[in-house]
Amino acid sequence: MVRERRAARDGRRAREFEVFVAGAGGRLLHAAALLTGEPTGDTEAAERLLTAALARTYARWDRLRGEDPYDHTRRTLAALFAHRGHRYRHPRGGLLARLTPQERLVLVLRLYEGIAEEQTAAALGLPVERVRAICTRAVTAMRSATPRRGAAGRPPSARRPPSAGTSPSTGTPASAGARTGAGTGAGTGTGAGAGAGTGAGAGTGAGTGVVP
Amino acid sequence: MSFPDRKETEVRRMLEGPHPVLPPDLAGRATERGRRMLRRHQAVRTIGWLLLFAAVVAFAVWAAIVEPWTAPPPTDTTPPLEGW
Repeated sequence: MVRERRAARDGRRAREFEVFVAGAGGRLLHAAALLTGEPTGDTEAAERLLTAALARTYARWDRLRGEDPYDHTRRTLAALFAHRGHRYRHPRGGLLARLTPQERLVLVLRLYEGIAEEQTAAALGLPVERVRAICTRAVTAMRSATPRRGAAGRPPSARRPPSAGTSPSTGTPASAGARTGAGTGAGTGTGAGAGAGTGAGAGTGAGTGVVP
Repeated sequence: MSFPDRKETEVRRMLEGPHPVLPPDLAGRATERGRRMLRRHQAVRTIGWLLLFAAVVAFAVWAAIVEPWTAPPPTDTTPPLEGW
C-alpha cells in the first residue's frame, strides 16, 4: 500500500520533471554555458553544472510547495557556480570569456535572466551598490569587446568563439541587426519556445518574490 | 538615464545568442542523480529517527530498573568525625 503510493509518486515526479527539463533545459543550459564561459558547441562543464543543479531540484521536487522549479534551479545553479567559481577562472572561449566569474554571474542574473538588482544582491550576499558597479563594469567590458563600425582596423583582440566570430567580421552597421536575427532564429524550435515561456513565468515570479 | 539602458539592451541582445543543444540524456542523468540524493536523504532521516527511538527506549528501561526517584534524600549533616 505504502509502497504502491510511493511508486506512483515517483512516477509522477519523474514525468513532471522530464517535462520541465524539456521545456526549460535549453535556456538553463545557455545560462550555464554563459557562466562557465564555453562556446556554444562544447558545453561540457556547463552540462555538469546544470546536471548538479537539476538533480537538486529533482530531490526537492515534492517539497517545492508552489515555488517555480525554474526559479529554484536557477538559484541553485548560481549558488553552485559561486561555490565552484575558482574552477571557471580560465574560460575556453564563449561570449563572456573576457569577464571574471563574478562579473559573468552578475551579468547573467541581471541581464540574461532579468532579475532585479536587490534580489541579485540578496542571492549573492553583496550590497546593491556593488552589484550595480559590477554590472556596469561588465557591460562596459562587453561593449568594448564588440568591434563596431569604424573599428575595422582594430585587430580581432577579443577571444570570441568561432560561432559568434562570424558576425563582427562583416563590420557593417547592419551587423548588430543581423546578429540578433540570427540569434533568435538559430534556436531550436521547441526548446526556444518553451524556454522563453518558462522564462517569462519565472520573471513574474521573481518580481513578486516567492509565493507560498 | 536612457544611455545606460541602451547599453544594457545591447548586451542583453548579445547574451541572447544561439542556444546550445540540450543533450538528450541530461534529464535522465539529473533524474538518476536526484533520485540517489533523495534516497540518501531518506536513509539519513530513517536512521536519525531510529537512533532517537532507541535512545528513548534505553532511557525508559534504565529509569524503570534503577528508579532514581526512589533514592533516599541526601543527608544534610556530615557524619561525626571519630578516632582522629
